[in-house]
Amino acid sequence: MKKRLAAVAVCLSAVLIFFALQALLTPKYITEAQEGNLLAEYYDSGKNHDVIFIGDCEVYENIDPVVLWREYGISSYVRGSPQQLIWMSYYLMEETLRYEKPDVFVFNVLAMKYGEPQSEAYNRLAHDGMRLSGSKLRSVRASMTEEESFLSYLFPLLRYHSRWSELDKNDLKYWFKPAPQISCAGYLMRVDTKGIDFIPPGQELPDYRFSGLCYEYLDKMTALCRENGIELVLIKAPSLSPYWYDQWDEQIEEYAEKNDLLYYNFLEMSEQTGIDYMTDTYDAGLHLNLAGAEKLTRLMGELLMREYDLTDHRGDAAYREEWDRIAAFHDRVKAHQEKELAENGYLSGFTYFED
Amino acid sequence: MDKIISMLRELHPDIDFETAEALVDDGILDSMDIVSLVTAIYDEFDVRIPADRILPENFNSAAALGKLVNELIDE
Amino acid sequence: MSFTSFSFALFFLVLTLLYYTVAGKKQWQLLLIAGYFFYACADPRYLIFILVTTASAYLVTMRFTALRRELGRWFDEHPELTREERKRYKEKTASRCRKWLLLAVLLNFGILFTFKYLNFFLVNLDSLFGLFGGGLPVTSVRLLLPLGLSFYIFQTIGYVADIYFGKYEAERNPFRLALFVSFFPQLLQGPIGRYNLMAPTLFASHAYDSKAVRFGLQRMLWGYFKKIVIADRLIKPVSTIGGAPEEYGGVFVLLGMLLYAAQLYCDFTGGIDITIGSAEVLGVRLSENFNRPFFSKSVAEYWRRWHITLGTWFKDYTFYPLSTSKAMMKLSKWTKGRFGPAVARRVPVYLSTVILWLATGAWHGAKWNFIVWGLGNCLVILISQELTPLYRRFYERFPKLHRSRFWDGVQVLRTNGIMCLLRTLDCYASPGAAFFAIGTIFTRMNGGALTTDALLELGLKPADIAVTAVGVLIVFAVSMAGRSGSVREKLARLPAGVRVLLFGALFFSILVFGAYGIGYDAGQFIYTQF
Repeated sequence: MKKRLAAVAVCLSAVLIFFALQALLTPKYITEAQEGNLLAEYYDSGKNHDVIFIGDCEVYENIDPVVLWREYGISSYVRGSPQQLIWMSYYLMEETLRYEKPDVFVFNVLAMKYGEPQSEAYNRLAHDGMRLSGSKLRSVRASMTEEESFLSYLFPLLRYHSRWSELDKNDLKYWFKPAPQISCAGYLMRVDTKGIDFIPPGQELPDYRFSGLCYEYLDKMTALCRENGIELVLIKAPSLSPYWYDQWDEQIEEYAEKNDLLYYNFLEMSEQTGIDYMTDTYDAGLHLNLAGAEKLTRLMGELLMREYDLTDHRGDAAYREEWDRIAAFHDRVKAHQEKELAENGYLSGFTYFED
Repeated sequence: MDKIISMLRELHPDIDFETAEALVDDGILDSMDIVSLVTAIYDEFDVRIPADRILPENFNSAAALGKLVNELIDE
Repeated sequence: MSFTSFSFALFFLVLTLLYYTVAGKKQWQLLLIAGYFFYACADPRYLIFILVTTASAYLVTMRFTALRRELGRWFDEHPELTREERKRYKEKTASRCRKWLLLAVLLNFGILFTFKYLNFFLVNLDSLFGLFGGGLPVTSVRLLLPLGLSFYIFQTIGYVADIYFGKYEAERNPFRLALFVSFFPQLLQGPIGRYNLMAPTLFASHAYDSKAVRFGLQRMLWGYFKKIVIADRLIKPVSTIGGAPEEYGGVFVLLGMLLYAAQLYCDFTGGIDITIGSAEVLGVRLSENFNRPFFSKSVAEYWRRWHITLGTWFKDYTFYPLSTSKAMMKLSKWTKGRFGPAVARRVPVYLSTVILWLATGAWHGAKWNFIVWGLGNCLVILISQELTPLYRRFYERFPKLHRSRFWDGVQVLRTNGIMCLLRTLDCYASPGAAFFAIGTIFTRMNGGALTTDALLELGLKPADIAVTAVGVLIVFAVSMAGRSGSVREKLARLPAGVRVLLFGALFFSILVFGAYGIGYDAGQFIYTQF
């Protein structure tokens, strides 16, 4: 009896040590690649969203939910991760439905250009923050590059064990507690400016057809939304690079028409958005800065209100409390970045943390 | 018998082969020594020790080796 | 399914559970299925090869048995036969057996030659013809090389030879023989087992024995430590140095030799520890393959302590049969007439040793490197054989030195130095490149080039150097502790709590410090464009 008890105790402590080591060695994404925490922040949100944006940096750097709240009373969230591939987006929608049922899903179609798994680093940034679920595992399966092992997503220690020699104070500080908030309802803000006065041309491609696999997932998205009575809106954010080809645009238009979906290509709507690439981007056209994001979001809100007649929740106390908090955080980040910009003349990245 | 002992002594002058009983097991005779012995025995007695008779128990002592040679002569 | 894969861990876990629960009296049958499954996981086509080898061994040994039984019956029925007549019949049976043996050997070595050496042979034949202005129409054939082919073919031929020599009875149950050939732990890298030694534990039924399982798991863990923490970490530096002899000369060649010694030792002994340990978990005893080889005082001794089962295989089935054959004896006699007794006495030993080492070299791979390597070993061993009288006189003069620990140390270092030099042939693309690299030790000794940056380029970060150094120290300490008896028995005498801590630490150090998976590189995460 005593022996059995000892054996149980040994096994239990082995498991504890394993998970403690795992927690220590998994990256905290504090000073580098903060995008690794984006998807994780969603779980603490109110999960009462009218609109959820899904996609890559073209959503989480370009759409500011605080604008939608302040100007239209729309409760929204951006579920974005860097270079999010379309199957990740699909499984994120599937996962979101475990928590809530929004009125609208907005999907940014840039991911249609990637027909196969791309990079281990982005796979990690997307999945490390996700909670364990069937959707996550299916997403991992679909995304893995050849060198990766499935097991290392269940037990990240198997992937990150060699970080023992690179541990820093943040690894200790956030060993057992979540990383500090960085996003405003999924939006990553930048207030600095680096303009561009021409459109970088795209190189000619041998084949402009999107891959069959991407269409398969786009079909699955359409079906999933239909089944759940959710509106699906396709957008192409107004980022100049990577280049968005006319041939690609035609295919999406065709698809939207066939499936009776709304599709907005904001690259062609600069008159309505009023985006000026000399002042509204922080990295010469790849991503919008806050000024640009505000312009784009404003139009997005207008279009959503017009098409779907969403409820204005601004008077609703249940929403107000949370959104006041997010908006206040939003303004603190903005103030902090403006100050840093004024002092240094540049922004070194996302450097605002609250404990 | 004396001839076998003198053959052994030629290989390892420092060993007392009258009494040693674990020549192979103790690693005194290695495979090259054994083949040298087989060659010398063939030369001396005109009897060939085939590979399947090269077993530690046949080479562990001078007496055992002598016995083996006698057996082979009889066959 | 490599030993260091997660799928192997799962396979082994499931197998062990089944083995001690539902298998009941059918444990060895389960092992046979597991062996074939394990082998088929690498490539299902491999099964054809193992089946051919198994079938040939079974049929031929059954033939031996039948022929000998016939002879016995004939003698029983004809007690009137004279001794001379009996001898004649015996000789006839022996000669028929010999033909069957030859058939099995030719078939199996034919397979081995075709799949392992044919391309090497063709390429060299082509260049030979090239010397005379000719050439071969084909110089390369695409063939698959079944994993572990040389190991299980040697093991099987050893069995056939044992039966031929009459060492023990042939196995009548073809499935049991099939298990002997395909027992999964040793299928890919040995040790090369002997049937009479394996059979008692391989086919017995084993009740769950917690000590055996614990010992087996401990040994596996130790093997994984050596393999994953040390050996795998050194793959990149060793191959980088070996791949660029021009760039990495002088001090890097020395570094490469040391690292390769550590890598090879940890890789091979680690793999064998996993093999023997996993067999132990299943209650099966395998032969030891190493006996602290780096403590050897001569190259000949080294080869009695390194890859022991290969050494004894060659000794029993090549060296002795060859050196004591009728032809060899006759050759010796013939030489005696012409060159005197001193030469005659040496002919069988020396000739057989050369052939043995050519074969050992070729066994290691179809490359000139290994042929040269084999001959190098042979040369060292024969020279030291010739120097024996000299050493003897030297020791007579300095008896104290001979028995001193200092002299032991000198001999051990000398042996390791020679082995390090010979092993360069493993690491470089051609014998020429290896000799060139060794040459640079004398021509461009450049200790100053060994900077942190240079090491970093070789894939040795300070952290890796620290882990390797500590790991090698631990391996060395364990080896030293093994001088006075089994380390595991010593550990078993420690209090249970200490043992748990020790093996727990070993387990977690493999998990954390192991060189497996995708190296985490923070640089990968800094994205520039997407």
